[in-house]
Amino acid sequence: MKNNNSIWDFFASVKLALSTLFILSITSIIGTIIPQKETAQQYIERYGEATANLFQILSFTPDMYSSVWFQSLLGLLCLNIIICSLDRFPGVWRQIKADNLNTPLNRLEKMTPQHQWQSHNPPESIASSLKSSLSLSGWKAEERAVDNGILLFAQKGAITRTGVYIVHVSILVIFVGAIIGSTFGFKGSVMLPETRATDKIYAFDTQKPIDLGFEVRCDRFNIEFYDNGMPKSYRSQLTVLENGKVVKEKAIVVNDPLVHKGITFYQSSYQPYQEFMLTITNKKTGVSETAFVSYQEQHSFKESGLRSGIINAEGRGENISRMKIWFTDDKGEPSLFWLDDGEQVTVERTTNNYTVSAKQMYATGLQVAKDPGVWTVYTGCFMMILGLIVAFFMSHQRIWLYIREEEGNKSSILMAGNANKNKAGFESTLQALAQRIKKV
Amino acid sequence: MDSSQLLGITTFTYLFSTILYAAIFIFKAKRLETTATIFTVIALLIQTAGIGLRWLESYQIGIGRAPLTNMYESVVFFAWTIILTYLIIEWKYKTRIIGAFAVPFAFLAMAYASFSSEITKEISPLIPALQSNWLIAHVVTCFIGYAAFAIAAALGIMYLIKNTSETRQSTNDSTLLGSLPPLKVIDDITHKTMVFGFLWLSVGIITGAIWANSAWGTYWSWDPKETWSLITWFVYAITLHARYTRGWGGTRIAWLALLGFISVMFTYYGVNFLLSGLHSYGSN
Repeated sequence: MKNNNSIWDFFASVKLALSTLFILSITSIIGTIIPQKETAQQYIERYGEATANLFQILSFTPDMYSSVWFQSLLGLLCLNIIICSLDRFPGVWRQIKADNLNTPLNRLEKMTPQHQWQSHNPPESIASSLKSSLSLSGWKAEERAVDNGILLFAQKGAITRTGVYIVHVSILVIFVGAIIGSTFGFKGSVMLPETRATDKIYAFDTQKPIDLGFEVRCDRFNIEFYDNGMPKSYRSQLTVLENGKVVKEKAIVVNDPLVHKGITFYQSSYQPYQEFMLTITNKKTGVSETAFVSYQEQHSFKESGLRSGIINAEGRGENISRMKIWFTDDKGEPSLFWLDDGEQVTVERTTNNYTVSAKQMYATGLQVAKDPGVWTVYTGCFMMILGLIVAFFMSHQRIWLYIREEEGNKSSILMAGNANKNKAGFESTLQALAQRIKKV
Repeated sequence: MDSSQLLGITTFTYLFSTILYAAIFIFKAKRLETTATIFTVIALLIQTAGIGLRWLESYQIGIGRAPLTNMYESVVFFAWTIILTYLIIEWKYKTRIIGAFAVPFAFLAMAYASFSSEITKEISPLIPALQSNWLIAHVVTCFIGYAAFAIAAALGIMYLIKNTSETRQSTNDSTLLGSLPPLKVIDDITHKTMVFGFLWLSVGIITGAIWANSAWGTYWSWDPKETWSLITWFVYAITLHARYTRGWGGTRIAWLALLGFISVMFTYYGVNFLLSGLHSYGSN
């Protein structure tokens, strides 16, 4: 893989990585100070025409982070990660796969930390008992006959050398997920009045309609408030319809969306109307009628003489919590009573009883997203955490034991090792291990 | 006794801890060493009780939520994680001098939480956007990272002070700064603390992204808070790469630990007050 050309070296260099990260850090700040995604008019009001123009030319507005130059910087970072990894990984792989029993003995003699001791047993017998003692401590040793003796080698965590590459690849995986999402997905929104259905939503950036391929209906929307007036929940009862048939129903709240065919509907906003849904049921006949009435508008129902309207209302801001109903069936005095939003009451008239319910009309604001890249992004995130843990906290530890034959059927043992990280920790590991196996 | 009293007491106990650790550092008051540690552990326990009680109180007034949702609560939690992380480092490295530099951060955080007029201590209920299981995971992971970075910055300051004095005069154990751990040790702990913080910051950003996706359908929207967390991530990524691949250490890393922490503070605090965005609910 390694090419001796300067372009390759440039893209493989850490210097480029550091510069790119530095430039990304600095330029990212711009978009946090200049508000993004406002209209051209808003920028002119905010900064004046000349500055607003300059910002637009530099792509600082309206959306710096999707501008060609910023995306190119991200692209450069990716290219750097790819080339750098291709450049270095083969070397690391060779280290992982290395034949460590081939290590020159003079290198072992210089290696630190090391421990030496003598044994009264010949190399062959000491080697086999050392091997079993090592395996008790979790070190699986290999063996090879060398000059004047036997070399044992054991290692742990060779594969942890890949940790840093797992992190680098994870960044690429996240970018791939983001590209999948922006290529094959969409993000949009729709304002859906209660009782109405739609098969289209509108793209965020272009406001172009996007076909859903099914219908979604908002049956009901309601807000709950805490006692102190803060909003407690926004809830939309949604129904999914395919060819007019109900296929799914769910009440969504913020943080709990509805998903259908890969398209997710999020509760995001609402719009109260000065219009009410008034439902009246004749208890005797069981006939129920629903009307949409404006504030202080008298509505005549189909049943002869039946008229009703909302003459007063109370609430917070534009959200009505109680309303005063005027109701008559033309038999006796009209009834006047207060009703909570969404509540149902029975009205007793001279010849008949009616149930009356009223509710303020809302439109629910839904954010709609299709992002087939999300799971790729999540996979990348998981890889990143895994890779960081491996790269930071796990090390490749290697131990060699050179058992040299001495005169009189005795042996001398040289134990040496190294670790690519946490050298102090490894030193004490080796110390403890040496204490344990010396007894053999 | 209510939670705000306990947390008020915590502010003063951290002040006292700071004084004890400073005394150990300045007057070499070795006799105070155990006292300082015990006192700080007790202060941490009082604060833990305070946070726990606040959680309980939120249930008693019918709100019922983890005490991690507004500026006041997050500053308190920030102080808590700083002390916890510091105590772990003290236990692991058997040195108390770092306390004189790290514990003041926790005290300042608590003092700000207790006395600032900018932030409210009221237990307010959760707005719909914050009602998520990801809340605790996101806040806790971010603040473990922030606390580690605060301690790395404290160590950076320590390094720079000691380094300046060493270049001026030969190190003498009898001088004030002679009692600081060797430069090599400070450098090593700074690095390890940053590594630890970087891992948790990464987890914090990721849990935030997953939460954003489940609430708004977009895991990354370049809002100022997100962008600043990424800038912070870049700063520490640069620092770690410079160390691993170019062998940076010492003064440069100490300065980067400080720069990184400035970025952390801007992400945490500056964004809420100076810039607007999705996280603006954190500002009260």
